[in-house]
Amino acid sequence: MNEHPAFVEWKERVLKKTLERFPERQKEFKTDSGLPAERLALPETPDEKYLSKIGFPGQYPFTRGVQPTMYRGRLWTMRQYAGFSSAEESNKRYRYLLEQGTTGLSVAFDLPTQIGYDSDHKLSRGEVGRVGAAIDTFDDMEALFNGIPLDKVSTSMTINSPAAILLAMYVVAAEKQGLKPAQLGGTVQNDILKEYIARGTYIFPPHPSIRLMTDIIEWCSREMPQFNTVSVSGYHIREAGSTAVQEIAFAFANACTYVEAAVSAGLNVDVFAPHMTFFFNASSDFLEEIAKFRAARRLWAKLMKERFRAKDPGAQKLRFHTQTAGYSLTAQQVDNNIVRVTLQALAAVLGGTQSLHTNSRDEAITLPTEDSVRTALRTQQIIAYESGVCNTVDPFAGSYCIENMTDRMEQEISALIGRIDAAGGMIAAIESGFVQRQIEDSSYAYQKQIESGERVVIGLNKYQESEEVSPPVFQINKFTEENQIMKLANIRAKRDNQRVRKALARLEDVARGKENVMPYIIEAVRCYTTLGEICDVLRSVFGVYEEAKGY
Amino acid sequence: MDIQRCRGRVLIGKPGLDGHDRGAKIIARSLRDDGFEVIYTGIRRTPEEIALTAIQEDVDAVGLSVLSGAHNELFPEVLRALHQAKGGDIPVIGGGIIPREDIQHLKELGMYEIFTTGTPVQTILNTFREATERYRQKKHKIP
Repeated sequence: MNEHPAFVEWKERVLKKTLERFPERQKEFKTDSGLPAERLALPETPDEKYLSKIGFPGQYPFTRGVQPTMYRGRLWTMRQYAGFSSAEESNKRYRYLLEQGTTGLSVAFDLPTQIGYDSDHKLSRGEVGRVGAAIDTFDDMEALFNGIPLDKVSTSMTINSPAAILLAMYVVAAEKQGLKPAQLGGTVQNDILKEYIARGTYIFPPHPSIRLMTDIIEWCSREMPQFNTVSVSGYHIREAGSTAVQEIAFAFANACTYVEAAVSAGLNVDVFAPHMTFFFNASSDFLEEIAKFRAARRLWAKLMKERFRAKDPGAQKLRFHTQTAGYSLTAQQVDNNIVRVTLQALAAVLGGTQSLHTNSRDEAITLPTEDSVRTALRTQQIIAYESGVCNTVDPFAGSYCIENMTDRMEQEISALIGRIDAAGGMIAAIESGFVQRQIEDSSYAYQKQIESGERVVIGLNKYQESEEVSPPVFQINKFTEENQIMKLANIRAKRDNQRVRKALARLEDVARGKENVMPYIIEAVRCYTTLGEICDVLRSVFGVYEEAKGY
Repeated sequence: MDIQRCRGRVLIGKPGLDGHDRGAKIIARSLRDDGFEVIYTGIRRTPEEIALTAIQEDVDAVGLSVLSGAHNELFPEVLRALHQAKGGDIPVIGGGIIPREDIQHLKELGMYEIFTTGTPVQTILNTFREATERYRQKKHKIP
């Protein structure tokens, strides 16, 4: 059989290079019956439509994946989002997760840290160490990664409004391990716009927030070139109640705003865009989720190439982390959640994710226990090592159902992005409340479907049982807040307060001007200036954001 | 507003720093569809702000939503703030990611009812109907 010239070209130009640099995990991949598992199944005669819309993995428009060999080369990063109580206790959980086989860390910070308050602030009461680790100074950051080599383990940090400060603390903590910024790999979420529409941990108004964000992008592209400077998140938009189409459309509209800001700050799209990553939700509608990931990859490649004239394939590739859908979990019959997570995780893998967090069975009730977290991680490992789906690239390609659905998703996402463009872009669409209303309407409609029974949720509105025994509940140390406040008071008393005042004064000047704030934040962090003190200075310069009233 | 046609006035509040407002918004909208007048505070309000708004708006019930795990601190704080603002009789209903172990304790402190995830909206509406009805009867008896 003669191979299609496009296929031959792909093998020569793309596949060969990859195989030379990154050999596949096994010499051969076989099915249970001993038959060869094909690396890439293709139509007998690829036609024009196939070549332009679906193509080959690792090649524009990347519908079939961003790498030519996908999981035959390397499995996705198994990255469990975790953090609670103090830095020390979170550190123990990270070490446990690494022992159990996670391949990357993902740090959860508590709400005061995410909103720029110190643990001793009045508004922090009751929230310290609840949903993540409490970080007040660089001292906490050092404890968070104690004994974890930051050049070997990539770390993702869910931090947005004060991202520059936590990144600075990370850099200084790595320095203590003898590492330079250039040796560090990982991701900082740094995706402020979705905070205004879905997640709520904003501090400053949109425009100065985007300036902080571009300062990070600019600084990292010089000093920390391996680091991903933004993780544009559809995840929280979906959790807030959006549909799959809205999830991708709003995330892409946010991403376009960031690209535009970075370009107008004078940065080269081919330099910074390869370090933009994405974060999506894997929910329960199995086939639609697979189609969503494929459609998103194709559309992002087109947007980057056509709208932003990106030439480097790295800048056109949609690389993303996935988390299974928290909103789909039920507090009823919690073991059913393990099954939901399995299906959702499988959709993410079949959709070609680069890294994955699987939710734990008890998360509709509480923070997960160690046992539940292990089962969640094992779910990924079973998919990776037992299911065989990793042995072939993009196995659903060519299915009439999936391809039609992929096309349809792409059209709908694209049309919604068009509506936002027409409304004057994402910031205008957020300020007018358009985006928030769209999400609220979808969320309300979804709830109505559950109430009416039109949408079946097992254990919730069908096959209910009365449950007498509740699962074990994870308790965070009740002295966390007290301890953290004491630790902070200690640091404030011991540090060089004159150096702190000087660092804050310089930062204030720089924030009022145009110079990049990163070096000045690093200096402030180094002399144990607290997160809250730095944020207060920035608040005084930038002002604070007030939520648009919808009611 | 015609009092005969309005079931009552309800404040939905989000105390603390938690930004997860999907549930609060669904409850606010469902209450409105059920004939209540609803005021929603928005996210990240202090217990004092919520109590003050409840008094100023002369509401017949307060609904609170917390998903961060800080309910054991924040719900009692709102009760205390309401009490101080002379609104201690206003029924306060809570919801969120709340372990079963905490519910009894919160009710003993004065919460009218606590709902966890997965509760049918109709159940929640019925509780608001009952709570506001009782409160209004009590309010009208006092000259």
